[in-house]
Amino acid sequence: MGAQSDTESKRPPKRPGAGQLPSRDRQIAGFLFCLPGIVLLVSMLLGPFLLAFGLSFTNLRLGSPLPVRFIGIENFHAILTSESFWQALGNNLYFTAVVVPVQTGFALALAILVNQPLRGVLAFRSIYFMPVVVVMTVAATVWLILFNPERGLVNAFLRLISGGHLESMWLRAPESAMPAIMIMSIWQGVGFQMIIILAALQGIPKELYEQAEIDGAVAGQRFLYVTLPQLRNTLIFVATVTMILAFRLFDQVWVTTRGGPLGATRTMMIEMVELGFERQMISRGSAVAVIFFIIVVAITILQRSLIREEK
Amino acid sequence: MADSSAQVSGSATAARSSDQDAKVELRRTTGLSKRVRRGPGWPMYLLLGVIALFFLVPLVFMVVGAFKPDHLVLAEGNTIRAFWPTQASFDNFVSAFVRARFGRLFLNSVIISTFTVGIGLIVNSMFGYGLSRLPFRGSGVVLLGVIALTIIPLESVAVPLLWVMSQVGLRDTYTVQILPFIANPLFIYLFYTFFLPIPKDLEDAARVDGAGTVRTFFQIAMPISKPAYATVAILSYMFIWGQLLWPVLVTAGPDVRPLPLGLSVLIHQPPISWGDVMAFAFMMTLPLLILFIVFQRWFVHSVARSGIKG
Repeated sequence: MGAQSDTESKRPPKRPGAGQLPSRDRQIAGFLFCLPGIVLLVSMLLGPFLLAFGLSFTNLRLGSPLPVRFIGIENFHAILTSESFWQALGNNLYFTAVVVPVQTGFALALAILVNQPLRGVLAFRSIYFMPVVVVMTVAATVWLILFNPERGLVNAFLRLISGGHLESMWLRAPESAMPAIMIMSIWQGVGFQMIIILAALQGIPKELYEQAEIDGAVAGQRFLYVTLPQLRNTLIFVATVTMILAFRLFDQVWVTTRGGPLGATRTMMIEMVELGFERQMISRGSAVAVIFFIIVVAITILQRSLIREEK
Repeated sequence: MADSSAQVSGSATAARSSDQDAKVELRRTTGLSKRVRRGPGWPMYLLLGVIALFFLVPLVFMVVGAFKPDHLVLAEGNTIRAFWPTQASFDNFVSAFVRARFGRLFLNSVIISTFTVGIGLIVNSMFGYGLSRLPFRGSGVVLLGVIALTIIPLESVAVPLLWVMSQVGLRDTYTVQILPFIANPLFIYLFYTFFLPIPKDLEDAARVDGAGTVRTFFQIAMPISKPAYATVAILSYMFIWGQLLWPVLVTAGPDVRPLPLGLSVLIHQPPISWGDVMAFAFMMTLPLLILFIVFQRWFVHSVARSGIKG
């Protein structure tokens, strides 16, 4: 996803034997090597993608005997005037607004912590990463019990540290359901970003820190003037990828609340599954998919324009 | 042959860098720890430990719960005994197999992920190899197309693909869960960049020895590219094993249902026995967890690489 313009500029003396193409036989061989993948990409990705656009302007339903007709922008109109869609989009934005900065910041903090020259620090790195290999459905299932208002560990802990004052209905109340979803999402996903940031952190030339130290920079200054600028592209990458993930939010919600209570955790993907699958309205589900894709493209353009090429 | 492939791994920078990165990374962390500054001391460990608890508590809770009688999972959920396997037994595991058909669902997931990852490795690497080593008229355009396709998320094609699949009668099969995920633009691109720097001499040598294009690929390119294969295998296995949205759309009964969907069905079908649920969740996590513990370095490396190539 982050590769587009990199390749443009980096795509080097791109092929061995620069310039001229190899013999006819080898060209045919090359094409045949690509063929299975081309067929699959066209039939499983590009085709359905174009179909999504096409179908979103029709009235196609799954298993409906009615003839398919072109109905213009009716699907988009129906979606964009429906309250549940705006509620879903709002929830996605709420999730994005909280999770993107918090998770990116947390991942950065973890990466810095496990990058210290301490004995046993690798063990901590492994522990922080472990939830990533626990798939989201499992994570959501366990947190569902932990968030149980009466019997859950989360409330028990809150009551303990607050002397019995703090507690929440978590997934059962509209105002606290989304925060609960956010917490389990961060728990499961932050390790992934920690590793990406850690790799970037270890790629920062040590001379920069030595130079900064000579110049008399204290730890905080070294972080501000060396670490952060050096991590700029990585952090933008991580933040924008998290942003896209936030709009794909589905698994956690499907497992725990199915969009409730009162639509408080409804997301675009829940909306799409409900329309396209449960109500069999393929065309309207496709229209949601198209809107979702436009958002993804917008985020990707944002990403590309923010990431500076290092030359 | 052994000689020449050693030479390759010496000069094929990508092949090497991936392996080396991991080593450098290790050296850095361990190496540095020798010139320890005694600085941070126990407060730092306290901080690291508290954070570790945040990540570990839900996991320990799950494992302990898997061994507890059903009613105690919730009943003891808010006490310190949540971490103690009271009246421990394997009942939940037996029940997960008998009542929730864990065996069948596990088999389904294994079949789906094995075929997807296995066929995917071959198809995607051949694609990448064709584009980088055997350019043909129009391959540049194909490459650009592949790069452009990386932006399309599964979610935006799921609904129309669901319609196509039901038109051709593939719903509720293994095939429908495998086919869409074999070819992956990102992995093709990863292989493309990986194969690019292999020295041409090596292939030429193989050709002089009488190896055809296909043999050169399988006997020269593939073996020296193990790091790329490992990276792609780990990333795609992690993704396939946890997949939920697509199975929700295309499977109906439990016959081809994969584990994540099985779990989500289990916790929405009363009466819910939380002991079984925990046993189910724990067993479903084990394969990836074991792989992670054994191949830790590779997991970390693959994830780091996914960030670079996006």
